[in-house]
Amino acid sequence: MLALRGITKSFPGVVANDGITIEVAAGEIHALLGENGAGKTTLMNILYGVYQPDAGEIYLGGRQVKIRSPRDAIALGIGMVPQHFLLVRRHTVAENIALGASDTPALFPTKQIEARVQNLGPRYGLAVDPRARIWELSPSEQQRVEILKALIRGAQVLILDEPTSVLTPQEAQNLFGVLRRMRQEGHSVIFITHKLDEVMDVADRVTVLRRGRVVATLPIGETDKRSLARMMVGRDVEFQIPREPRRTSGAALVVEMLEADNDRGVPALRGISFDVGRGEIFGVAGVAGNGQRELVEVLTGLRPATRGRMRLNDRDITSLPARSLHEAGVAHIPEDRTRLGVVPTMSVAENLVLKQYRYPPFSRGQVIDNGAVMQFARRMIDEYAIATPGPHVPVRLLSGGNIQRLILARELSGRPALVVASHPTAGLDVSATEQTHALLLRHRREDVAIVLVSEDLDEILRLSDRIAVLFSGEIVGLLPAGDATRERLGLMMMGQRA
Amino acid sequence: MRRLGPLLIERDPVPSASWVLLVSVGAVVAALIAAAGVFWAFGINPLTAYAAILTGTLNTRAAPEIFRQAVPLLLCGVGLIVAFRAQFWNIGAEGQLLMGAVGATAVALFAPLPAPALIPTMLAAGFLCGALWGVLPAVLRLRLDVNEVITTLMMNYIALFFVGWLIHGPWKGQESFGFAYTDTFPRAAWLPLIGGTRVNWIGLALGVMLAGGLAFLLARTRMGFEIRVLGQNAAAARYAGIDPLRTALGAMMISAGAAGLAGVSEVAGIHHKLLAPDQVSLGYGYAGIIVAWLARGSPLAAILTAVFLGLIYSSGDVVKVSLQMPFRVTDIFNGLILMFLIGSERLLPYRLRWAAERPAGSQAGRDPMVPPRPDTPASRGDGPVRGQEGGR
Amino acid sequence: MIPDWLLTTLVRAFAVGTPLLWAALGEIYAERSGVVNLGVEGMMILGAFFAFAVAHTTGEPVIGLLAAAAAGGVAASLHAFVAVTLRGNQYVSGLALAMLGLGLAGVLGRGWEGIPLENALPEISPLNVMGLLLAAVLWFLLYHTRVGLIIRSTGEFPAAVNTVGTSVTLVRYACVILGGLLAGVAGGFLSVAYRPSWTEGMTGGMGWIAIAIAIFAGWDPLKAVWGALLFGALFFLSFRLQTWIAPEILRMMPFAFTILVLAATARSRHGQAAPDALGIPYESEQR
Repeated sequence: MLALRGITKSFPGVVANDGITIEVAAGEIHALLGENGAGKTTLMNILYGVYQPDAGEIYLGGRQVKIRSPRDAIALGIGMVPQHFLLVRRHTVAENIALGASDTPALFPTKQIEARVQNLGPRYGLAVDPRARIWELSPSEQQRVEILKALIRGAQVLILDEPTSVLTPQEAQNLFGVLRRMRQEGHSVIFITHKLDEVMDVADRVTVLRRGRVVATLPIGETDKRSLARMMVGRDVEFQIPREPRRTSGAALVVEMLEADNDRGVPALRGISFDVGRGEIFGVAGVAGNGQRELVEVLTGLRPATRGRMRLNDRDITSLPARSLHEAGVAHIPEDRTRLGVVPTMSVAENLVLKQYRYPPFSRGQVIDNGAVMQFARRMIDEYAIATPGPHVPVRLLSGGNIQRLILARELSGRPALVVASHPTAGLDVSATEQTHALLLRHRREDVAIVLVSEDLDEILRLSDRIAVLFSGEIVGLLPAGDATRERLGLMMMGQRA
Repeated sequence: MRRLGPLLIERDPVPSASWVLLVSVGAVVAALIAAAGVFWAFGINPLTAYAAILTGTLNTRAAPEIFRQAVPLLLCGVGLIVAFRAQFWNIGAEGQLLMGAVGATAVALFAPLPAPALIPTMLAAGFLCGALWGVLPAVLRLRLDVNEVITTLMMNYIALFFVGWLIHGPWKGQESFGFAYTDTFPRAAWLPLIGGTRVNWIGLALGVMLAGGLAFLLARTRMGFEIRVLGQNAAAARYAGIDPLRTALGAMMISAGAAGLAGVSEVAGIHHKLLAPDQVSLGYGYAGIIVAWLARGSPLAAILTAVFLGLIYSSGDVVKVSLQMPFRVTDIFNGLILMFLIGSERLLPYRLRWAAERPAGSQAGRDPMVPPRPDTPASRGDGPVRGQEGGR
Repeated sequence: MIPDWLLTTLVRAFAVGTPLLWAALGEIYAERSGVVNLGVEGMMILGAFFAFAVAHTTGEPVIGLLAAAAAGGVAASLHAFVAVTLRGNQYVSGLALAMLGLGLAGVLGRGWEGIPLENALPEISPLNVMGLLLAAVLWFLLYHTRVGLIIRSTGEFPAAVNTVGTSVTLVRYACVILGGLLAGVAGGFLSVAYRPSWTEGMTGGMGWIAIAIAIFAGWDPLKAVWGALLFGALFFLSFRLQTWIAPEILRMMPFAFTILVLAATARSRHGQAAPDALGIPYESEQR
């Protein structure tokens, strides 16, 4: 029913799609698999009219079509559920859907939509209150709104971009149920992912992209995770990192009954207690929004605790500001690296001393010694293999992986006692991810205590010595990594206590 | 990438200084051309008008006027650069200038000090009064997130009426010709002028020293680093342990204090009394914004841009006398120049090169969604129009 | 029985509040679509001049108001061009517009001072009531129609609007120019009804106060009515109390009050915060 033939698209300096040919039948769930930068999103953006291909054609129902904008795509029955929702947070569900529907009346635009949402929702398993405001909904419910938006606009082909990145394992299963329902109703579903488990779980066929080219298109029955991984990356991937057992004992970080509020004054941490030993990686799993951000902020001094205590190597560090915690040896690898971890317009060198600029040798009194800064920068660029033409280049010219290397260089070179790593490999390709993991493991060997907060269960399972699950501001389960399975963790992430 | 005859225009996230200069000058020229339209609408031949302006301002007798105007413009502008680098939109330099003038007046007229102590005390008082006038908007913005553009502007009006109250009320001196002003300052409180001109050299020296000092502050000191980080990325500043309140407040007080100094320079150097606000300041606080913007964040460049704006102000007198147009014309120049400057920012992240070249592996304008391969270095802009370079 | 002084205050508040309201309504729409226009003072003063000049020449005050609207609209389109098409810094561009407007009006208005306007409009006329109606219509449009939904979405999340094929640029231009039209009329009221004459700088800072009204009305056209009346009363009081308090101190009042109200309502405004995309230029990703 849908065919893309010979699609080629280049941007200056890089070929994103190189002669890609894909076919999707009606009533099929088709997975588009590849790592970051493989060209999956570009391809779907072409299908959705955001980009124009340099070469190639698109056929829908046997007829060639030209898709010049998302409006064209929608008119042709192609809908997209983006990874970052295009929903106006302050508006209601109905208002958001009405915004996109072509037959919205001029007066009282939302009345009709409210009725249609209430009808259509249950049919696909997408129940949601049309009067609710988006900011009140969970990510899973917001995703339902996006899907409903596409369906109400008449989508026959639905594209989903990394749909499970914001869902718990159970919510992901619910989503797959929805997708199967859609398949039954005759829709075609294309979903972009880099998660092999999902592909094996729900897809009928899978296309693997690598460096802008199709590696293979296969029915699910004819392949397995190992082969897919090899096709995705071009070499064999280690799924399990052999890990030495912990050598030292003794707690580095002790957290007792920690409470904290979120930005709106509502309690986000409700009495968290745990400890992290020297040379231990303590994984914190959970779906975003359950207090992880607040926990990271309290541990790094960006948010005051309302109650409870924290001790680092027997020194009370509760509610110290970020600067003091940095001086006490707390390193922070932030979640949002370009927004928080670096100043994109400033140079690599300046970013490398973003926290240390105020101490000697970089500062003598009030004046900054630029020579010392540059020297340090060159050393870091070398040691951490940061690809940049030089230390004076603005950071925003660096790729995501190199920005992360910069951040790692800055945070880890100072011999920290505690590393708080928040989603450290989000958005990175496989080699940058492996390098990051290797660095964390090296510091683990050097008796640094590490708190790893991540939504990526694979990463948590791969690296942690012990795993805690955060739900609604509380630790609902704490277990050694050896006892943890995806199912167990998934249940805890939904609130079931261990 | 676009072709323009023999030239190629490419995106370049790190434009060279010469390109920035070219674009800025181009914007000013475009503004002056637009202003020519105003002359034409008044029935005056624009070429005659500009000729009259140039001859009227650049002759040896009138040229010092340019620097007389440049002094308050430089003091305001240089301070504003610091505030703007911290992303603090201080539109209140006008009011801070007036309050600096008030402070100086208070010292000159009422402080029982020995003569040599008068001028330094006036300068200190002026700086302090100006700085304090900026504290309230800063605190409101930093604690309550209240838009500082509106609050600093409101403070301008309050300062304006405050000065008006002073000269009509408690500080009223002689009244002549229908104008109100305070008593004249004692001689020892007069800032010395450069012979034969209206340029007070203390103000001038202060301006130049401040420009140098603030340039050093921003580039080489801890506080300057903190201001720059805060201005570029407030979230990263917090993450780095920089206190946004302290840093922004510091930047604001420097900015407001500098404007206060401009006020001292005016009342102690030119008028020797406190007058009606629109005579103390001819809009220097607002024009200072242009001085700062045109200097593109460099306090040293502000010396040049202040002189340029001084030229514009000086031309206001010429326009009034020779062309019978109101002094207000300078506001039109200022408004147009600022507009064109803002509009021209879009052109900044580009560079020109000859179309003959074929850059290999160029990263210019790459799609941010696709990361470049780690082994390809991102190329930098090396300058605008170049001769025949051998590949890149 | 309403006491005399209260009645007078209300009437005068209504009179002075009208230009404040019109200008604030215009700014509300501009900001709702995501564009800050700080040039209201400049647009108002241009409106005031053109209204006076045209009304005096033609003898028809209403034609003067139309001319004022046109002047404001043209001025606003300059800002729209720089802010939306050229994606320049909206705050400074608006300031430049204010400077330009004040300068232009001052230059054009030379020679027109001191001329009384015959055929002036009364201080309170059906046109004032139109302001209230306008507020109601604009409120309904914003919250209960498709057009209003699009405008509000453009100010919150322009990418979402762009994806459905509506031009963010068009919406923003329309709202900014509407803001100019209304600000022009607001200025025209001053020179044609309130104080039928032309004086340089006769807007006296009202443009800035209109912007502040837009903010603490929470960008809601109906609430702006209250804001305008409040400040209208304040302006009136600052004249009325001159027999007891020094005039300059009184003239400070509206401006000091603005700061006070902005600070006081800052905490409570979390529920009605500014449109998310306010002041941020929008770049479409089409390639």
